[in-house]
Amino acid sequence: MTASAPADVPAGVGEPAPAAAASRLRPAGVRAGRGRAGSARRTRRTRPADLLGLAPFAAYVAVFLGAPAYAVITAAFKDDSGNATLANVTTTLKDPYRHAFFVSIELSVLSAVLGAVLGLALAIAVSGAKRDGFVHRAVTTASGVLAYFGGLPLAFVFLATLGPQGLVTKWLNSAGYNLTQHGFVLWNMAGLVLVYLYFQIPLMLLVIFPALDGLRPQWEEAARSLGASRWQYWLRVGGPLLAPPFLGALLLLFANAFAAYATAYALSTGSVPLVPIQIGSVMSGNVLAGQENIGNALGLWMIVVVGLVVVAYTLLQRRTARWLR
Amino acid sequence: MTALISDSPAVQSPATAGPGRTQRRRPRAGRAVLLLLFAAYFFIPLYAAVDFTLGGSRRNMGHTLSVWTGLVHQEGFTTNLMTSLKIAGGTVLLLLVLMVPTMAWLHLRLPHLRRVVEGVCLLPMAIPAVVIANGILGAFKSWPQAITGSSWILILEYVILALPFTYRSLDAGLSAIPLTTMVEAARSLGASWPTTLWRVVVPNIRTSVASAGILGAALALGEFTIANLLLLNTFPIWTDQAGQQDGEVATTASMLILFLSWLLLMLVSQLGRGRAGKKSPKLRRNK
Amino acid sequence: MSAPSVELVKLSRSFGGVAALDGLDLTVEPGTLTCLLGPSGCGKTTALRIIAGLEHSDGGEVRVAGQDVARIPANKRDMGMVFQSYSLFPNLDARDNVAFGLRMRGWNAAKRRERAGELLELVGLSAHTDKYTHQMSGGQQQRVALARALAIEPRVLLLDEPLSALDAVVRVQLREEIRSLQTRLGITTVFVTHDQEEALSVSDQVAVMRAGRLEQCAAPAEVYAGPATAFVAEFIGTMNRLPGTLSADGQTVEVAGRRLVVRQGGTEAGPRSGGEVTVLIRPEAVRLEPAEDGTATVRQAGFRGPITRITAVLPDGTEVLSDVPSASAAELVPGRAAALVLDDAPVMVA
Repeated sequence: MTASAPADVPAGVGEPAPAAAASRLRPAGVRAGRGRAGSARRTRRTRPADLLGLAPFAAYVAVFLGAPAYAVITAAFKDDSGNATLANVTTTLKDPYRHAFFVSIELSVLSAVLGAVLGLALAIAVSGAKRDGFVHRAVTTASGVLAYFGGLPLAFVFLATLGPQGLVTKWLNSAGYNLTQHGFVLWNMAGLVLVYLYFQIPLMLLVIFPALDGLRPQWEEAARSLGASRWQYWLRVGGPLLAPPFLGALLLLFANAFAAYATAYALSTGSVPLVPIQIGSVMSGNVLAGQENIGNALGLWMIVVVGLVVVAYTLLQRRTARWLR
Repeated sequence: MTALISDSPAVQSPATAGPGRTQRRRPRAGRAVLLLLFAAYFFIPLYAAVDFTLGGSRRNMGHTLSVWTGLVHQEGFTTNLMTSLKIAGGTVLLLLVLMVPTMAWLHLRLPHLRRVVEGVCLLPMAIPAVVIANGILGAFKSWPQAITGSSWILILEYVILALPFTYRSLDAGLSAIPLTTMVEAARSLGASWPTTLWRVVVPNIRTSVASAGILGAALALGEFTIANLLLLNTFPIWTDQAGQQDGEVATTASMLILFLSWLLLMLVSQLGRGRAGKKSPKLRRNK
Repeated sequence: MSAPSVELVKLSRSFGGVAALDGLDLTVEPGTLTCLLGPSGCGKTTALRIIAGLEHSDGGEVRVAGQDVARIPANKRDMGMVFQSYSLFPNLDARDNVAFGLRMRGWNAAKRRERAGELLELVGLSAHTDKYTHQMSGGQQQRVALARALAIEPRVLLLDEPLSALDAVVRVQLREEIRSLQTRLGITTVFVTHDQEEALSVSDQVAVMRAGRLEQCAAPAEVYAGPATAFVAEFIGTMNRLPGTLSADGQTVEVAGRRLVVRQGGTEAGPRSGGEVTVLIRPEAVRLEPAEDGTATVRQAGFRGPITRITAVLPDGTEVLSDVPSASAAELVPGRAAALVLDDAPVMVA
């Protein structure tokens, strides 16, 4: 049921209708909230005790997310005996860690940009198809599955495809085209990007489909009736409306790739240094004496990078949620 | 922009030059090619993997199910699969028990804090699993081995990892129902809080709860990073170890995980389609 | 350029085997407002969208100023369209929305600003030029949509149930504004609605549609007082259905103790010589007078301000509605006997 704007009340204000109906059930002594904003006023009054309801959740997150995060952040600034130091942090700003950061960022940017662009192209191609037709449904289901398909299975799947014994490798060989001679292996940058795209593109689809759906047909028709060509519509209305969700998706894809561990772990032979892998090796003891907290310092940097990206993403989401809902 | 002047009421040919949507449809050939290319990219690897698990890489060119059937006999297969299934079950249970009441309470009494909670639930996305694993070693050093050295820590942490999509799912479900009205009606009829939650709220957000639960299970079944870094044994870990020796076994086990996840997610999408009423009316033409 | 006429000639369109339009013929005179009125699914919106070029027709023609527009794409038809809702561009403020069509026509920024300002003033929203869609109420949005459609000085104005999503009070207010703007600017206008009161109050002519066909197209007063078919009679306003007996020559009918002339000229085929028929009479043509020996019994009296609608029952169980000036309705309380008096005017039979 489309919520049409009630009599001259600005469309952004107030909670939806149920609040108004609910106020009828309150005892007569309570002052009913004025109009639709009443529900917000009602809850404000009961706030202090109600916060207790969130206590279990807050405690749980504090312990199982907050504590590890806190541990990593503080340990980054400590040396092995527990004294405060900036040594770990400064070490991570130098090679080989610095190099790993750049490589990680490169991989994330490449897979994010390619994933976003290709994903958008696919989404537009699919959205042209009938809404509940086969193509549309197949793609939406598939993207739901593949977006979360990462880690080990993905690595093995690609090994079976383009690995040294892979099926496609063999096909290409029999056609006279040797992959390794042309410099392609699964564990160099090109290979990793190719593999990462396998979950980046579906993730892009998942994020951009609702946005594309949010483009109401009336806008396109109104633009047409006002004399716009298809191109002009996209330039002036469709494009600007899609730009924020597109950017948001790009950010999300970046964070997703940057944080990925399992796939890289399964594929990499060390030739492509990545930050998550480095943290992993530090944790399994592959580190110089006196630098046990390097892993934490690296973790700190990861939090900073990914954290910034997620914040930017959330801000973008807020801004455009209004338009495309 | 010539217009035809026609006297006869002859039938108008709608044809290609006609106004309306036929004129604007993109050449279908281009779209079909694009879709085919994408289909190839996504299906060929899956095909290759299945082929591999059927023995396609062996010298004798025949396909065989021997790896699949032999899977059950692999050392550690059943135990680790059971472990992962238990972890998945535990994760789903803990996740729902924690989040459903919390979200319901949030919507009911603290709607202005929704943004805050949403932010908190997005934090796991900002703190990569690697880092969490790292942090666990440091933060829970003094905790009993029974928790940190067993599946329990995994269950506890997988709930955290599941928060982003759980929030989204439950939030959407709770927003779509007249929660306040229903709860007040139930309470005015004498129901206690637990009863209200269990008998009134949950049945009305069944789909969201199921979605969240299923996605949580899929996550728990396939999670590798934290388990690996904490040196614990789960099915994905076993897959990796088996893979060191036998690529076929590893790939087959991975395909099993993939297949299971796929089944679960198909369930979610079926549930989603069942709620066809959620489809936004802006897509319908007026009359 | 003077306003053009719009003609629909045998317009047809089917969707998946179902005929949404089945040979619609209609003419809209230059500078006038025609309402397409009818229940859901009667094809009125389809007809409008075909005129706009947003849908194609399967048969028939649309002519503007005598010329067939089929070959002209929607974005070149020079028609302004106002949709039911949600048609403003959310990324543009009110002024840029209104100026959009001008931008498409290559106007420079200064001229666009000026003209948009004029139009927003015309619809009473000069204080809202910088507002965005989500900051406006439904009524304000539709006013902006109207200004936007008018900015390009279209040859034809098309409105697709523009008021249906609005509040009752805003609806009445806005429809009067639309009407007065339309007459002032003299634009040929087609207005789609399912609300017959709306149609009657704003149009120069009302085209009542059913199942893809035209039932009647005439001025509001005539559609009300002289409905061409039983469907029109019952769709517009309220109609009583009383049993009556047709005379042998089909010219008069006996109903409720009176002999009334039958209105000829309806398009319905029906018993034209003798036999039982249903007589259609408006509530305001039925008078109830309290009488001890009256045959009708008052069942309910609904106060509606200036008039009171009395529901009475005849001995045979037929319900009769009568609109009586409230001042004289005091004695018509439930349970009272009353005499039914029908106005001596031609009636329709079905």
